[in-house]
Amino acid sequence: MSNDGGVDTNRRRFLTVATAAVGGVGAVFGAYPFLAAMQPSARAEAAGAPVEVDISKLEPGARLTVEWRGKPVWVVRRTPEMLSRLDGLGGELRDPNSDQDQQPTYAKNTYRSIKPEFLVLVGICTHLGCSPTYRPEPGASDLGSNWPGGFFCPCHGSRFDMAGRVFAGVPAPLNMAVPPYRFVGETRVVIGDDKGAA
Amino acid sequence: MRSVMSNARELMLWGLDWVDSRFPLTKMWKEQASEYYAPKNFNFWYFFGSLALVVLVNQLLTGIWLTMNYKPSAQDAFASVEYIMRDVDWGWLIRYMHSTGASMFFVVVYLHMFRGLLYGSYRKPRELVWIFGVLIFLVLMGEAFMGYLLPWGQMSYWGAQVIISLFGAVPVVGEALSQLIRGDFVVSDATLNRFFALHVIAMPLVLLGLVMAHLMALHEVGSNNPDGIEIHDNEDENGIPLDGIAMHPYYTIKDIFGVVVFLAVAAVIIFFAPEFGGYFLEHANFQPADSLQTPVHIAPVWYFTPFYAILRAIPDKLGGVIGMGGAVMILALLPWLDRSKVRSIRYKGPVFKIALTLFVISFLGLGYLGMNPPSPTYTLIARVLSVIYFLFFLAMPIYSRLDSTKPVPDRLT
Repeated sequence: MSNDGGVDTNRRRFLTVATAAVGGVGAVFGAYPFLAAMQPSARAEAAGAPVEVDISKLEPGARLTVEWRGKPVWVVRRTPEMLSRLDGLGGELRDPNSDQDQQPTYAKNTYRSIKPEFLVLVGICTHLGCSPTYRPEPGASDLGSNWPGGFFCPCHGSRFDMAGRVFAGVPAPLNMAVPPYRFVGETRVVIGDDKGAA
Repeated sequence: MRSVMSNARELMLWGLDWVDSRFPLTKMWKEQASEYYAPKNFNFWYFFGSLALVVLVNQLLTGIWLTMNYKPSAQDAFASVEYIMRDVDWGWLIRYMHSTGASMFFVVVYLHMFRGLLYGSYRKPRELVWIFGVLIFLVLMGEAFMGYLLPWGQMSYWGAQVIISLFGAVPVVGEALSQLIRGDFVVSDATLNRFFALHVIAMPLVLLGLVMAHLMALHEVGSNNPDGIEIHDNEDENGIPLDGIAMHPYYTIKDIFGVVVFLAVAAVIIFFAPEFGGYFLEHANFQPADSLQTPVHIAPVWYFTPFYAILRAIPDKLGGVIGMGGAVMILALLPWLDRSKVRSIRYKGPVFKIALTLFVISFLGLGYLGMNPPSPTYTLIARVLSVIYFLFFLAMPIYSRLDSTKPVPDRLT
């Protein structure tokens, strides 16, 4: 350490940049545990067990709500009239053929279900996550005379038909999700597990 | 007797001297208060800065006391709030002071910001004062939103569900982002617990830092005033502005008067209408959170409704989120959007006055619409008002330049 020499600015700049770079890498590694700790924990990941539902008591036109992974899941028993009204809606819908990946492949059909009679849906609006209300009555006075029956989100006014398909011109971008599910016999449905089948 | 008094006085001066030679106590007091010169013509609109500080202190104090009995878990949160209300001595008062304080915070802050609009307080050289203020507003919104989840009522739950889902609209990383915020696949115990941590530790710390920065920037450039002219352009031989008066004792006394009136109003609300007809504490929040059932009519607390109405008005998820965020962030650009030759509305022309009136109407109108269920007519009105809201800012560089101005006086009027 001599006091007479000038400052070697190149050397100083190199040392500054090198220190900053090493420190920056350290900061990134140091930040990782904090971010990772905010992710869903192992317990939250594990809490997704399938739910089995008895649908034998479900009346035609009625809806049943069960909880799966903390979310409401609906089972609706659709009447033949409800199903027939779904056919002519194509032009009013954003994604009438369910091209977006919002359902298992076995539910990619007009009725978005395994059996047309039973609709199984995650009851969460694809806009901002509210749970829409069940409004099966066609032409309901507050929803307009051309309302074919379906689901109406009270939060931001999104509309879905009786297959959970979203209408055009509402805030929700996607059809409501169909969860993986399968039938066990005639009267029971397992939600959250399809054994890759059906 | 006399000698006792003078001895005590001498002791105090000695103590002050001891401190001053180790810490700049007297120096700071002079710089920030007794020799900080503010324009002499502050009016009614200048109460709200000091009132915001009073409310901040109220929120910190009552908040600390609430945490002594509140339990941040999905299992216990709702019941622990009821426990505070019924079984903790004076718990109801402390909780109502906190919940009323939250709404009053926004009343005060909105009026404080409106003052800035009236008198051009955001103009050069006060851009950073204004930007720190916008950041304070942003953090305050986050703080209020997280605090609203804590009682774990129906509106808490579904409000959080909606707002966190907003982040899901971000392309590509949106879903991962909202999962990171929730700490779960749905709003759950994990979400409540972390919102508690952020609400009582992280956000208040950031808020305090920003308030410091806001005040330091203000005292660096000096306060604006209703005439929008610089008092430091006219100083006496000692460098003291001719139209300035010391903050202490003149404005401290004025502000204490304002605080007394404000506290009287707040007391009436706290004691006689703490729910304020469902505007300060929404009715649906008296039901515990139910993850399977959204309340039929869900609306945010009143202070978020203008922005919420903009969100709803745009028939596109990402577009709505951008509109909502943009409505807040565009405020930060104000110092560069206003091209008028004068600062204060007193010397601006009719175009600005009309624009500001339309802006106020659109803000209040959106606030009203945001509280009500959507209908085709309301949605249409909300769209018109949203356009007006944004035009106030986006067209400002044009109309503020074209507008006529009155001559500005040299000295305060």
